[in-house]
Amino acid sequence: MNIHEYQAKEILASFDIPVPRGRVTLTADQAERATKMLGGRSVVKAQIYAGGRGKAGGVQVAYHPEQAHEIAKELFGKRLVTHQTGPEGLKVRRILIEETVEVGSEFYLSITLDRQTSRYCLIASSEGGVNIEEVAAHTPEKIHTLTIDPYTGLRSYEARSIALKLGLKGSVAEDCVQLMLNLFRCCLEKDCSLVEINPLVVTKAGWLLALDAKINFDDNAIFRHWEYHEMQDYSQMDPLEISAGKFDLAYIKLDGNIGCMVNGAGLAMATLDVLKENGGNPANFLDVGGGATREKVAEAFRIILQDNEVEAVFVNIFGGIMRCDIIAQGIIEAAGDGKCSLPIVVRMDGSMVEEGKELLLGSGLNVQCADALGEGAKLIVEMMQKNANNA
Amino acid sequence: MSILINKDSKIIVQGITGKTGMFHTRECREYGTNIVAGVTPGKGGIHVDGIPVFDTVEEAVRLTGGNVSMIFVPPPGAADAILEACDADVDLAVCITEGVPVRDMVMARQVVADSNTKLIGPNCPGLITPGECKVGIMPGYIHQPGKIGVISRSGTLTYEAVKQLTDAGLGQSTCVGIGGDPIIGLKFIDVLELFNNDPDTDGVLMIGEIGGSAEEEAAEWIKENMTKPVASFIAGVTAPPGKRMGHAGAIISGGKGRAEDKIATLKACGVSVATSPTGMGAAMLEALGK
Repeated sequence: MNIHEYQAKEILASFDIPVPRGRVTLTADQAERATKMLGGRSVVKAQIYAGGRGKAGGVQVAYHPEQAHEIAKELFGKRLVTHQTGPEGLKVRRILIEETVEVGSEFYLSITLDRQTSRYCLIASSEGGVNIEEVAAHTPEKIHTLTIDPYTGLRSYEARSIALKLGLKGSVAEDCVQLMLNLFRCCLEKDCSLVEINPLVVTKAGWLLALDAKINFDDNAIFRHWEYHEMQDYSQMDPLEISAGKFDLAYIKLDGNIGCMVNGAGLAMATLDVLKENGGNPANFLDVGGGATREKVAEAFRIILQDNEVEAVFVNIFGGIMRCDIIAQGIIEAAGDGKCSLPIVVRMDGSMVEEGKELLLGSGLNVQCADALGEGAKLIVEMMQKNANNA
Repeated sequence: MSILINKDSKIIVQGITGKTGMFHTRECREYGTNIVAGVTPGKGGIHVDGIPVFDTVEEAVRLTGGNVSMIFVPPPGAADAILEACDADVDLAVCITEGVPVRDMVMARQVVADSNTKLIGPNCPGLITPGECKVGIMPGYIHQPGKIGVISRSGTLTYEAVKQLTDAGLGQSTCVGIGGDPIIGLKFIDVLELFNNDPDTDGVLMIGEIGGSAEEEAAEWIKENMTKPVASFIAGVTAPPGKRMGHAGAIISGGKGRAEDKIATLKACGVSVATSPTGMGAAMLEALGK
C-alpha cells in the first residue's frame, strides 16, 4: 500500500526523525497562506502516488507567496506524467508547502526487505537525491548495505559504521545513528515494506533533515493497522482497482481489449503471456484467488465488464477441487445482469467440468468452452477477429 | 522414493476445526494421507471425523507421533503456529495460509532456519508425493506417480504444469509449491538439492515468475551442482514493470526481476526453458532428451 510524501513525513516525525516544516494544502489560497507562514518562501510539492515528480514540474520553489499561489493554481487538477505513472499520469489534488532548506550535503537512506537473505536491510549512499538504481549499477562502491539480524535488530555500532562510511563526523554522525535506529523502529512498528529518505540532507547549519520520504506498507499487515485505511487516497487509484480491492480481488488495468479472469497469480500471469503469444492483447490482470467462490467469480466478471475497452472475455480457472458448475453459475449470473453479448471463452478444469460447460453453452451467452490453455487463447482471438469482420 | 513426505508421514493439521482446515483435511485423507491429529487451541479433546484434536502441537506430537504439520491458521496467528510446530520439533511444517505479515515471517524464518524443522510456505499450495501422501490444497487427481520433481512459486500454475506432465506421460516423484511470498521457508535451491539427492527423481521442472532473483540464484546453483536435467518456465514475460502481479513478490522494479533476464540466465546454465506456458510438458521431455 502506498501513501503520500506528507503522510510518510508525519509518520517519520512521530518517530523523532526531523522533517522540514510544512503544511498540506487543497487550494491555491491555502498554498499562498502556508508560504506566508513559512516566511514568504516555500517549496511547492505536488502529492501523487509516484516518483519522478521533480522532472515533471511537480516540485518547484516559490520565492514569494503570490508565486506559490500561481504554481499551486497551475498544479491543482493537472495530470502529472512521470516515468512511474504511465502516459495518462496522476491528478494532483493535494500540495505540500514546505520551508526551503539550505542544503549542505545529500544522502540516500532506506530500510527494505532483502529477499535473498530473508531479512531487513539498510541501504545508504553518499549519492543522495538521484536514482539509487543508477548509482547501484554504475558505482556500486558508493552503496553501503547492512543486513539486519532479526534477533538483535539494528545496533548502534552497526548504524555508526554506516554513518562513518557516509563521511559524517562528530555530532552529525551521532545524530545519524539515532535517526537510523528510529527509522528501523518505524519500519517494524508500522509494518513497512519500504521506508526511504531520499535525499536525507545535512543543512548548511549542520542539522539532519529528511527532505523527501517514501513509505510502503506491507499489505499483509493492514489488519493490525486500522489507521492505514484513513490514509489511502483513492483519487490516486484506478476506480476498477478500488472496487476489485473491496472484494479482495487482485486487479490491474492493462492496455488491451481482452478481459481476463484467472484463479491464482502465477496462472494469471501465464494466461496473459499465452494471449499475447496468440496475437491477443489483455485488458487486465485479475486473480480471483486460488479457491474462488461463485460470488467472487461473479464480482470479478462484473468488474471486467465495467471496463469500456473490453471487447471479449477469457476465463481460465484451474479449479481442481473447485466445482466448475458453480463457477459457470457465477459467470452466467454476472453476464446475465449486464446483458453481455461479448464473445467469451471459458477454460475450466476441476470437478463437474461437463456440467459447467452444459450450463454455459445453454445460457444464451456468446460463449465457447476450451479444454486446454493454448486452445482457449486461440479461440478467443479467433472469435474477436470474426466479430471485427462482421462489423 | 520421494522427498520430504511419503506414505509413512504422519500429519498434524494446525487449524483443523476451521472451515478451510476441515475441508482440506478431508480431501487429503481421501487421497490416502495419514492424518493423525489436529490442533486448535481451546478445542483439545474433541474429534474431527475421528481425528483427535489437541490444544498444542507439543501434545499432538507426543501422543500421536506426528512428524509433519500442515498449517491453516489465519494470518494473525500463522507465524506463531509455525514457531509452535518448530518448537515441537516436527520434521516439516507446511504453511498454506495466505497473507502472513512479512515482519512476522522474518523472525519465524530465522528461528526455523536455526532448528531441525523444514518450512514450506507460507502462501503456498503445499506438496504432494503422488500415490502416497498429499499435504496441501492441490487437486490430487491431476498427479501421477513417477520420476519428475516439480518446484514452483505459484499454486494454480503448478496444477497446469503437473497436468501437462501427466498428459505427456511423465509422472511425478514429489511436487512442491514453495509459495509466492517474499519470505518463505525452503527456496528453489533447497528443494533442487533434495531432488538432486533423491535416487527416484530423474529430472526437475522448476516454475518461476517475475520478481526477485531466486530463479537466477537457482540457475547458478544448477550449473554448479545439478546432475539431473532441469526444465523451467517463467511466468510474466508480458507483465508491465512497476505493477505487482498478485503475489507479493511478483513485481518488476528498478529494472530487476524481469522474465527475459531470468530466462537468459537459466538457458545459459543449461536449463531447457519453455517459451510458452503451454509448453512446460514439452520442455521437460526435451530436457530428458525424449
